[in-house]
Amino acid sequence: MIEQASSIFALEITGQDHIQGPENAEVTLVEYGDFECPHCAAAFPIVEKLRHQQGENLRFVYRHFPLSESHPNAQNAAEAAEAAGAKDLFWPMHQLLFENQTALAIPDLVGYAEQLGVDAGWFKETLVKHLFAKRVREDFIGGVRSGVNGTPTFFINGIRHDGSASFAALTNAVSEQVNSTAKKPRKAGS
Amino acid sequence: MLIYRESSISANGQQSAALSCMSTTNSLPTVLSPGTTAPNFTLPSTPDQSVSLKEFRGNPVILAFYPADWSPVCGDEIALLNELLPEFHRFKAELLGISVDGPWSHMAFAKDHKLKFPLLADCQPKGAVAQQYGVYRSEDGFSERALFVIDADSVIRWSYVSPVGINPGADGILSALEALPVRNGVQK
Repeated sequence: MIEQASSIFALEITGQDHIQGPENAEVTLVEYGDFECPHCAAAFPIVEKLRHQQGENLRFVYRHFPLSESHPNAQNAAEAAEAAGAKDLFWPMHQLLFENQTALAIPDLVGYAEQLGVDAGWFKETLVKHLFAKRVREDFIGGVRSGVNGTPTFFINGIRHDGSASFAALTNAVSEQVNSTAKKPRKAGS
Repeated sequence: MLIYRESSISANGQQSAALSCMSTTNSLPTVLSPGTTAPNFTLPSTPDQSVSLKEFRGNPVILAFYPADWSPVCGDEIALLNELLPEFHRFKAELLGISVDGPWSHMAFAKDHKLKFPLLADCQPKGAVAQQYGVYRSEDGFSERALFVIDADSVIRWSYVSPVGINPGADGILSALEALPVRNGVQK
């Protein structure tokens, strides 16, 4: 019998990832999200609050999981975040996208880029030519192989969090990890 | 109470796990396991069209049994599978969704979720195909959340039953497709 281990996170955190928080944090929280998913938008302020609450204990990683058939603007929004990321503006764009989730058509995305001081012509070209599509797809497929089954999906120190994405539930789950990692060395890559 | 279960077959066709499908009660049917020939069936895909499993012989087939159209977990699961069709097609695999809902419900559900694969109505007699595959929950009147990967010769190569409330994701399907023997350059 093969034990189903779909909840184990398959991908290492790499330099390609978008990361907030210290590398040596006791807990790594990975979110697979979709900028057009309402549940992800609801989770955005929760994660922000959690990051501030946990401080140096928490490293946060965001990866793309656009469900394009359900959310027609999700892929472009993810590519927009990557384009902004190429200008070191991933996180400000990430915030703008979640805070303006109902306006994610290409002209809207270009507007957000302009707000951030990104050259609109270059930015629009990256979207039209899908220059960051491959990068987004890598996240998506990596997520599928890690057991991501919808959005948002969170992994806490490499284990899929199947509970609620409420602030209380995530805080409890993260705090448990902080307590347990304080007692034993963390596994490599987790 | 159910525990989730998975079984597999090795590349040389030997069944490596005869049965890993277990319930904590003895009242549930036995899920068809790897090495078993997939029973053929013919089910409505629309109010006036039907699909038979044997039509797909020569290509791998993914059967996704799910409890019901419109339930939140099912919607998530089906949306994810729909998103992964290009990956399944790399293996020349066809995806068929099956639930006890009627064809009219399936049509509305498929339209709402922009589905690009058939949903089959296992509604008359209710759950008959799910029963054949050992994944019907007679006490509930709907099927388990169950996945089967069937090879080009109609042999079940992988099966998995998830807890009803848990979306099983698609990693297991992709791993099973990758494990199919390659014939003429494609997975069979």
